[in-house]
Order: sequence, then structure tokens, then C-alpha cells
Amino acid sequence: MTAPDAVLVLEDGTAFRGEGFGAGGTAHGEVVFNTALTGYQEVLTDPSYHRQIVTMTTPHQGNYGVTPADAESGRVQASGLVVRSVSRTFSSHRATGGLPEALTGAGVVGITEVDTRRLVRHVRSAGAMRAAVSTEVLDADALLAEVLRAPGTDGADLTAEVTAGAAYDLPADGHARHRVVAYDFGMKRSILRLLAASGCAVRVVPAGTPAEDVLALEPDGVFLSNGPGDPAAVRHGVAAIQRLLEHRVPTFGICLGHQLLARAVGASTYKLRFGHRGANQPVRDEATRAVEITSHNHGFAVDAATIPADGPFGTVAQSHVNLNDGVNEGLRCDDVPAFSVQYHPEAAPGPHDARHLFGRFTALMAAGA
Amino acid sequence: MPKRDDIKSVLVIGSGPIIIGQACEFDYSGTQACRVLREEGLRVILVNSNPATIMTDPEFADATYVEPLTADVVAKVVQRERPDALLPTLGGQTALNVAVELHEAGVLDTYGVELIGAGVDSIRMAEDRTAFSRAMDEIGLDTAASARATTVAEARAFADRSGFPLLVRSSFTLGGAGSGIVRDRDTFERAVREGLTASPIGEIQLDESLLGWKEFELEVMRDARDNCVVVCTMENLDAMGVHTGDSITVAPAQTLSDVEFQTMRDAAFAVLRKIGVATGGANVQFAVDPAGGRMTVVEMNPRVSRSSALASKATGFPIAKIAALLAVGYTLDEIPNDITAQTLAAFEPSIDYVVTKIPRFAFEKFPGADHELGTRMRSVGEVMAIGRTFTESLGKALRSLEAGDGGLLGRTAATDDEELAQLLVTPTDHRLSDADAALTRGWEPARVARLTGYDPWFVDQLLQVVELRRALRACETLANADDRLLRRAKRAGFSDATLAVLLGADEVAVRRHRGRRGVTPVFKTVDTCAAEFAADTPYHYSTYEEETEVRPSDREKVVILGSGPNRIGQGIEFDYCCVHAVYALRDAGYETVMVNCNPETVSTDYDTADRLYFEPLTLEDVLAVWEAETAAGGAPLGVLVQLGGQTPLRLARDLEANGVPILGTPPAAIDLAEDRGRFCAVLDGLGIAQPPGGIARSLDEALAVAARIGFPVLVRPSYVLGGRAMEIVYTAERMRAWLDRNAGEGAVLVDRFLERAVEVDVDAVYDGRELFVGGVLEHIEEAGIHSGDSACVIPPYTLGRAQLRQLREYTEAIAAALGTRGLINIQYAVRDDLISVIEANPRASRTVPFISKATGVPLAKVAARVMVGATLAGLREEGLVPARDAVTGPPLPHVAVKEAVLPFDRFPGADTRLGPEMRSTGEVMGIDTDFGVAFAKSQAGTGQMVLPTKGTVFCSIANRDKRAMIFPVKRLAELGFDVLATEGTAETLRRAGVRAEVVAKVSEAPAGVATVVDRIVAGDVDLVLNTPMGGSGPRTDGDAIRTAAVSHGVPCITTLSGILAAIQGVEALRANAVGVRSLQSYHRALARQ
Repeated sequence: MTAPDAVLVLEDGTAFRGEGFGAGGTAHGEVVFNTALTGYQEVLTDPSYHRQIVTMTTPHQGNYGVTPADAESGRVQASGLVVRSVSRTFSSHRATGGLPEALTGAGVVGITEVDTRRLVRHVRSAGAMRAAVSTEVLDADALLAEVLRAPGTDGADLTAEVTAGAAYDLPADGHARHRVVAYDFGMKRSILRLLAASGCAVRVVPAGTPAEDVLALEPDGVFLSNGPGDPAAVRHGVAAIQRLLEHRVPTFGICLGHQLLARAVGASTYKLRFGHRGANQPVRDEATRAVEITSHNHGFAVDAATIPADGPFGTVAQSHVNLNDGVNEGLRCDDVPAFSVQYHPEAAPGPHDARHLFGRFTALMAAGA
Repeated sequence: MPKRDDIKSVLVIGSGPIIIGQACEFDYSGTQACRVLREEGLRVILVNSNPATIMTDPEFADATYVEPLTADVVAKVVQRERPDALLPTLGGQTALNVAVELHEAGVLDTYGVELIGAGVDSIRMAEDRTAFSRAMDEIGLDTAASARATTVAEARAFADRSGFPLLVRSSFTLGGAGSGIVRDRDTFERAVREGLTASPIGEIQLDESLLGWKEFELEVMRDARDNCVVVCTMENLDAMGVHTGDSITVAPAQTLSDVEFQTMRDAAFAVLRKIGVATGGANVQFAVDPAGGRMTVVEMNPRVSRSSALASKATGFPIAKIAALLAVGYTLDEIPNDITAQTLAAFEPSIDYVVTKIPRFAFEKFPGADHELGTRMRSVGEVMAIGRTFTESLGKALRSLEAGDGGLLGRTAATDDEELAQLLVTPTDHRLSDADAALTRGWEPARVARLTGYDPWFVDQLLQVVELRRALRACETLANADDRLLRRAKRAGFSDATLAVLLGADEVAVRRHRGRRGVTPVFKTVDTCAAEFAADTPYHYSTYEEETEVRPSDREKVVILGSGPNRIGQGIEFDYCCVHAVYALRDAGYETVMVNCNPETVSTDYDTADRLYFEPLTLEDVLAVWEAETAAGGAPLGVLVQLGGQTPLRLARDLEANGVPILGTPPAAIDLAEDRGRFCAVLDGLGIAQPPGGIARSLDEALAVAARIGFPVLVRPSYVLGGRAMEIVYTAERMRAWLDRNAGEGAVLVDRFLERAVEVDVDAVYDGRELFVGGVLEHIEEAGIHSGDSACVIPPYTLGRAQLRQLREYTEAIAAALGTRGLINIQYAVRDDLISVIEANPRASRTVPFISKATGVPLAKVAARVMVGATLAGLREEGLVPARDAVTGPPLPHVAVKEAVLPFDRFPGADTRLGPEMRSTGEVMGIDTDFGVAFAKSQAGTGQMVLPTKGTVFCSIANRDKRAMIFPVKRLAELGFDVLATEGTAETLRRAGVRAEVVAKVSEAPAGVATVVDRIVAGDVDLVLNTPMGGSGPRTDGDAIRTAAVSHGVPCITTLSGILAAIQGVEALRANAVGVRSLQSYHRALARQ
């Protein structure tokens, strides 16, 4: 019971006190919350959480430990973790270690014993904002001054900070039926695993790869990955996508990939007040009227009103909608072989309801062949 | 998909009486369903034999049949009402079974009734273990190895293949009756035979034992478009081997990774699709091997269940209501989420707190019964608590139980380590305390986890409580405990009472100290979405954090305290009264605030009261609610304590002392009625008789009282409900034995027992000026049997007008003298012309809902209004109270009989004789214009004592009753019954010209001669008439006979008056005079009087 004191301060001055765990020090980032009941390890290692301080709404975190099998990337990506109660022990036959130790190893600051519900209610109304969590600067005013000095992430292209340094290949599980180039804007491993499981041999390329380099590989399809930050700042990605669409390369985008595709076809994006982060978001497929419970992690969204019925790439329409708040969740392109979803069919963490979209991608490639 | 327009009327089947394994959760689900279906414009027809339910209030259905839930009776309802559809998924296994029988009898086809929610094939596949295992195999899911057997030889063959331990389960039974774990060959055959007997189809299922595996449950819903959602995941602290109803349950699941959870979620949906749950809710149970993670499907229920009630309360997602809407064609994305009012039912709740459910047991009522828990459910109720952490919710749940220490204190009955280890291995109602004690003694957590089967994560949580307790004890005084430690303890769920023990202070001092130091709770909201959206519904729980969410209100508020966990003696009847108070006060313009901790009830539905606090009913927690409400718009008008049974009553005096106004009868008046000496003085002053008696504090004093008044005497501890430990004592030795067993109970009441008197209950409301008698109930059994266990009838059938008027006068005089404002229940013994008072209770009684159903007068609503200041005269003008009452008005044109339902089949070895200690779990009502028919219906409604129309009756009658029983038995013989009797009884009968075959008593039979018990076991007996000899020890012939009858489902009648009633019932059945009629029709006839 000798945990160090810790404090979380938001840029509007709201402060939360708790106890530190994981690494000591001070961490900066945008404070966001995730309502998934399980899956803290997948969340923390998802590159889309890069430069964010994640609050988990489920009180107990760390209960079942961590295992390399559940990592979505090679490291902890979030800059800080805020919880109500971190477990000092863990219990699972799958676990290889504990959550606090994993954060310590990654140099990530955690704060526990926080009134996370108060924090969520505040963020819900005031919006996601800059924040810092610290075990060394315990004076809230002093920490606030540091927060106000730190750069924000709005308008920043963060993909370069998380993308692969060089291209690499992943073989398909079994016989390779499709050759896919995947743009790594901060891609989760689960996506790669599901592409491979769908019979795709994947070449993963860095975020800044020019379209010509991709076209030179003559892929059957291109995948646009998830990733952190403001889609408006990822101009090179949008330009590359437009070139690929001109060449009618079958394209599938997820999350940031969806937002970039939207921008490429002429729609605009905007920042949500506090985003969608969780594993319980209902999304309706407007064609089939089926409802899927889906995994989400996005602070930006596509403005459905700006989706062009007759744009540079022909007719584009909203294919999926969020039943909670009507936010756009997917795009259908009638005149080019491309589609995308805002949410995460690869789940991890979250329900598997939308995994069939990988099949939709391979079908699109098969039709284009 | 919008609502189907081809369904205009729906028949809903309830679950009948409260029994172990099927309690008021089905009133909660049925009430939700009936209400929402009516809101949708459908004609709702309801059948349920349980009068204590809210769902059978006439306003919840268009036609309400309080009739036995047997296929032939429900068929008559179908024939009369011609519903378009039958919704069987809201009334537990009882409703599913009736639906299957109606299908098999061709009734549904004949009348063109569509089964909605679940089809017959789904119901069968889910219940038939072999078909279920095969179905799971077909979709690639694992189940435990299993086989079906209808003979002992078949069962033995499976055991030879699979080895021990293994699980024996009886097919088509409720709550695991006839089921158990068998660890060795010695006990195997007996278990097999019991299981075969318990099954209505004579079949058992044998399963590979998953003992020690982790147990999870998923509550899932599916709509007609095949959209599926998981409402809640639950993890049982007790590993596989303990019935889930008897397990401590935690939501959400705490030890599953996302990978494992999603695998389970996929499997649950696959099960739903395979079994074919068309629409609605279901629960799927899984077992997971903690070592390797192998996951097997244990079972699924294609209906709402106790678990879905828990899940609904735990998440704020109203499963039953939504299941009803899905059944009539809606899809999940067409139904709004009431709690957020801005999102839809198509989502999966995310909860930012931890819920713990703890079952409540009643082993003290069944001496001789084994405490070991197994696959046969034996708890009689449960509590749920919400906290932000597991330890907080556990602590709150423990003090909600109103049993044990109200928190963990490291206590165990074990005297040494070896014994403690044995206790940890054995699942019992006290194993959590034993685990806590082991950790307190410094045992390695891993060892405790291994022995108990608790997941190590939970054991570490317990260890954190142990460590905190150690730190607190080390402080020695309250002053030494710093604020940080106190706050930490409160956040870990420590009650003030526990802190008081640990810090050597009293509870009041702890609370004052906390208040001064600012260590006070805040209230958070259950909102289905972990605060992602604003909540519209004020459903709150307390915790020790920084922000409170109680919204201010400027309306006049009334706080209603619920009745806590169901237990024997305090059950659904009190929840009914509390809910009625809410309805009445809301209609009168008050804002209602409900405090309760029972997840099964209607009162804890978020849309019953205006504000719901899901909190323990302790002084600490109720005062915290009071303070939160006071801070949010000013102090409420006061608290209602007289409707929830003993739980809120116990708090009345302390609440008052803390400045909380008690509405209605003041605590001082309650004390006056319960204080023996002072109450005697009141009666003396009024010139009203009572049985002579006295109060005793020692054996000598008790014997002195008995010497003065003469044996037999009725002894009981003062301040009890449900007659706990009450006994009729015939000798000084038995008096000594009773006092030995009940040492530490404090003062003891010793009263003359009036043999052969008629017992009468009067329920009335007094407003300070006048009395309204709701009903006078005459018990069919004689005085001496607890009123809760006794069959009773309204209107009274042997009392004359003069006696009724006298009872009314007495009741009014006593109500006035006590200072009653609201309900009063007085029990009288009537012998010849002497009326004496047994006891008076200025509070709601168990019989209030029964009377309201029988008479159409909403007594609890009337009482609630009177308690907040209305007068009977005023309420009469409003139309809530009729012009004349049960005595001053015309006699009822119909007869209603209430019969008790007893749980002896769950407690093999316990004595089954009825007495002054209440042991029934529930009740049914039989209603008709003819007494015999009403009685026969009440017996059929119990499902235990269905009267035969032919066959063999066995008679063994005490000498004092022999003359009186000649004519009744003669009548049975005339009706064609064969008569079997013990020698003395047979002789008496023969002299009266009744032929009777003599059968040997158990105690007198020579070896090799079949005794009456053998005959009962062999199935030769259809009706047992056995009046106890009185004063005999527990293991007499009578007990052996009654035990055999109970365990073989033979109706057994133990009183002379009961025999007379039964014969009228048999005659009515033989005349085929049993018709059905709705409550609305009975009430309309009353209104025309």
C-alpha cells in the first residue's frame, strides 16, 4: 500500500488525484475514454492510441494479465492509462505477465484509484482535450502549466510516428489467392492476421509510400489501415489513394483508412467531441438493415452530408450508420471498386460481428481480377 | 421490422407460487411484459395462480386468471379467450412446460394459437440433455460427456465408462431438483433412483463432472432479423458444482480476456441460432477449465430467467420488456433505450461498476438438512449490490443479506487448520467467510484458491480486505485511523458496523466521525453505457468517490423502504405492498424514492419508482440516501417503513432518532404492540382477552410461567417474523431443549396454546378516525400452525355475523389504542364464543395482496395514502375505498382460498410437520363461487398436493380426532376410494361401517411386512390423511409417513379441518365443476353488489 501519489490534469484545469502505477514520470497526450469491458492490452498496443491518455471505464483493469498473443503492435502505444482499480495480481492461463509491469517496461505512466466516471462525464461534455498524468509534478497548477505548453494533436499527421520503417511481407495462411498492399498508417496486427486468413499475401508499406510504388507492385487490392491523428493532415495518403482509384485498384479502408478514402473521393472529415471508443457500438448496414455490434476507436469522423453523390469518382454513398448518434460508419463507391468502414471489423478488442467485411474485400478483388 | 399486425391478443403464462428456483423474478419479468404488450394495444390474457404478484393486479392485463397452472385449466382459458398467440418465455420453466403440454394435447392447434418467443422444438431441445449435446456437437461446440438413462443399469454402464465424480440430473425439473454430484459408487445408485423419481418422464442425464471449472453465464437477446446482443456477462465466484442460483455471482465477468470473451460470445449466438430461440432473451452457461482454457457449453434456457432479472438490474437493460416486444415482431433497432432516452436497444451495455449477487439461505428453518451446496438449488432469495469495485460491491452485498456478520471479519467455525481446509473444499453458505478466515490466518492465497476453486484474482481481492482489516485493527481506536485509511476501507466496502468492531467504537461514533472528516458517499448512476451518454433515469448506487449525480427536484418526495432479500416469512407479499405504495403515491402527485437490494423484484425495476436507490437496507445506507435526497431539493416528507416487513421496521426507531420522519404508525406504537407487557396492559384496558402467558428470560422463569398457565404452551423469541423458532411445547423437558437450542435470543414469550381453536387474521387500515377492514381470513388449519403455512379462506366460513362484528370492534379498539396510522394485522383465536388476541402487528401483513385480489380493494394503496395524511373518508370520495368494508358490507359472492407451498422436497431429512414456525416459500389462490372448487384449485395450484378423484386414501388419525373423521372418510369410501388405515383407525372406521384395509405402522411392523411407508413408496396411496399425535418426538411414525408422502408427491393432509375441506374439493373435482373466470369478472360482480 505504498503506491506513489499521482495526478491527472486536463487543459481546462480539471484535476484528478490517484495513485501511480507502471512507470513513474509525466506523460502528455489527449485524454480519451474507452468503454470496452475487456481488452485493455489490445487497446494499449493499438497505434491509433498514439499520444493519447486512455481512460478505461471498466473499473478493474489488469485482471487477466498480458500476453504477447494479444498485442496489436510491438509496443504500448498509449502515452498514459487512467483506471479506477488496477490489479496487483493477474489470473489467466494465457498470461505471461502483469499489466503494471508491462507499463513499467514500456515507460508508460498509469494512474489508478481515479473517479473515472467523473472524468468520463467531464470529457463527454467538455470534449477530448490535452492532459498530463504525473507522479512527479503533483501540484495541479504546475502540471497544468506543462499541459498548456505541450503541443496538441489536432491538425497533426501522426502516421509517420507509428508506421513501419520499411516495407515487409506477410504470407497468406495457406494458398495465396490475392496479393494485397497494405498502407500502414498505424496498423493493428489483427487486421494483418485477418487479411492473411482471408488468403491475402500482404506487402505492408510505410505511410508515405507513393502510389506509383504501389502500382508498380501490381497488387490485386490495396488496404488502407487504421491509425492515429487528424485525417486532414495525412495529405500524402489522400493523394496516393486518388491515384489508386484512378487505376481502379480494389481498395478497402478501416478507420483512418476510411477517413482518407472519404477525403480522396471528396468528402470532408471533422473532429467528434469525444469520439467513439469501445466495443458496444451498434452499426446498421443500410443495405441489409442488419445491426452489428462493433469495435470503435476514432476521434474524427466523415461528415455524411459531404459525401458526394456525383464527385470525381462517381457516386459515393453512406453504407453504414451508427445507431447511437447517426455518425457515418461506412462508404460505398458505386463507380470505383472501393469501400471502407469507420469501425473495426477486426475487433480486437470487441465483437466479431463484422469480420465478414474481409470477405467483401476479397470478393471485390476477385471481381476485379 | 415493425410490430406484427396479425397478433391482436396474447396469452401470458406466469410461473405460479414462489418456490425455490422460481421466485419473484418472474413477477418482475411478467409485469414488464404485460405492461408493454398492453401499451402496444394488444389484448393481454394472463394466467398465474400466485395472488401475491403485481402481474396479477387486474390493471396489468385485460383478463387475469388466478387459476392453477395446469395444462387442463389453461386449456379452459384458451377455449374461453381464444388468444392469437401464447407467450411462454416469461414464466420460467413452469410456463414452458405448460406450453409444451398444451401443444401435445392439441389445444394450440385446435384453437389456432401461435407459440411466440420460443417454439416447442426449441423448448424440448434445450431441456433434453442428449438432444442438446448432439446439437452442440453439430455446431462444433464442446459439452461434457453425457448420457441419458431411464434405468439404473443404463446409468451404471455410463459410470463404468466415465468414472467418478459425475453429475446426475433429472430431466424436466426446476432448479435442479433430483440432481446432484456423485463422487463414488456407494452413493451412485441412490442418486440415480432419486433422479428418476423426480423426473416427470422418469429420465436422468449423466454428465462428466466439470467440478472446479470456472462458470460463466451470458445473457443474450435475439430479434426476428437475427440481430443478437449480449446484455451481460456473469462470472460465478463458486466454481462448477454449485447451482448458479446458490453461487455468489459477479457482473461483468472479471477474469476473461477479450479473446476468451469473444469466443464465448460467438458460441452463445451459435447456440441461440441452433436451438432456435426465435426472438427474445436466453441465457447460455459455460464452463472453462482454468488450467488449459477448454470451454464447454453447460446449458441454455430459451426464456427469461433469474439470471436475466439479475442481468437487467445489473445493467439497466430491461430484458423481459424487450423480449416481449421482440416476440410481437419488433427488432432491436426499433426499440428505444429507456435509460438514455436517446439510444436504442440494439447495443451491448457497458457498465462502469461491479455487481455482486449473494444468495440468501434458510437452513435454520430446516434443522437436520445438510448445508453442503450442490447442483440442487436451495437458496430462498438473493441480494445484489453495486459498487465501483468488487470489494465494495461484495461488502455492500454482505450487509444487504441481513444475516451473518454484515461484513467479513475473518471468522470461521473451524477450530484447527485441518478442519478449515475441509471447510474450504466444501461448498456451503459460509465458505466465503472460511476463505477470509484462512487468509487472515496467513494461508497462501494460492492454497486458498486451490481449495475453494475461487479464481486467484478473487482471492487476491479478498486478501486486500484482509490487509485493510489488519491495518484498521492496528489503529485500535477511531481517532488513530487516518482519513486516508478510512476512505480506503469505505471504498473497499467496509460497513460502519464492521469499522466499529475493528476500531472498538460504536457505529454511531463511526458515522459521526466520517461525517466530520468528509468521508461520505456519493451516488452514481446505472446508465447502460458507462457514462458515454447522459442518463435520463435516476437509478443510483452509492460509492466513495468525488462526484454525485443525484438530480435536484422540487417536488414533494416520499422514501419507501423495500423488504430486502426474499426469505421464508418475508417474501414477495411485502414487495407487492411497497410497489403499491409507489403507485398510489405517484398517482397522488408525490415523487417516490425506492430503496431496496433485491434484484428479483418489481420494486427494483427502474421504472417502478421515480427514483431508485439499489442499496443495502441498513441504517448507514438508508441515512446516506436520505442525506442525498435532502441535498437534492430538500428533505423528503418522510419514510414508509410498515410495508416492507421486518427489514424496514427494524430501522424505524434509529431512523427516527436521526431526525428522519417515519410516516404512518410511529415506531413507538410498533414497539407498544411488540412489547409483551405493555401490549397486555392495552388489551386489559380495552377488556379484550388474550391467551394467558408471560415473558421469560431464563428456564426457571419460563417454567414458572408454564406452571401458572398450564401446558401446552407456545414459546417464541420476541421480535421475530415468520414465527422463527416458534414451537408448541407440551412438557418441561421440551421447554429446556427449546431454550438450549435458542440460547441468546433474549426475551422469550410463553403463552398458553389454545388447542382446537380457529385462527383468524384481520387486515385493516386505520386513519385515526375510522377503521376499514380489508378482510377477515379464517385459517383452515387450527391455531398453532403458522399463519403463513396455513391454508386460509375468505370470507370466513364458520364464523357468524356477531363474531365478525365483534372482531371488527376489537380491531378498531386496538388500532386506536396503539396509535395506528395505516395497516394493522391482528391474529385472533376463536374457540366457542371466546375471541382472544394472539398478536397485533401495526404493519403490512403477508395476506394483504391475497385479500386485495379476493376483494378488489387495493389495501396497500389505501394504507400508503393514509400514511401520508389522507383520510378514509377522502379516499372513499376518490373511489379508492368502497362505501362499506368486509364486515359492514354484504358477504363476498365468491370464495378465495390461499394455500401455502412448502419446500420440503429440497431438504431431505428435515421434519415435514407443520407448526408455529413458518416454512413455506410461497402461496397460491383458488377462487370460485363454491368452497370445494376453490379449495381444490388451491391444492392443484401448489403443484404438490393435487387432490385425487379416485384411488386409495390412507388414514391414521389421532385419538382425539377419530370421532370427527368418521363421516368424512365414509364419504370418501362412498365416492369409490379404497381405504387403508392403521389398526386403531381401521377399527373405529369398521365400527362405523367403513371397510378399511389394515396396514402396519412403521414402528410396529414385523420384518418382511409392508408398512404404510412401503405402500406410499410403491405408489399404492393417492391421499394421506394423518393428524399428528401431539407432543411426540420428531422421529415418529407420523413423520415417516409425511416424509414419504412429500417425497413421492402424494397429498398429505394433517388437520381435521383440512380433511373436511379436501373432501369438498374431491367432490367438486368429481363433479367436474372446475371452471375458470377472470379476476376482472369477479371484481365486476362485486362492484354491482
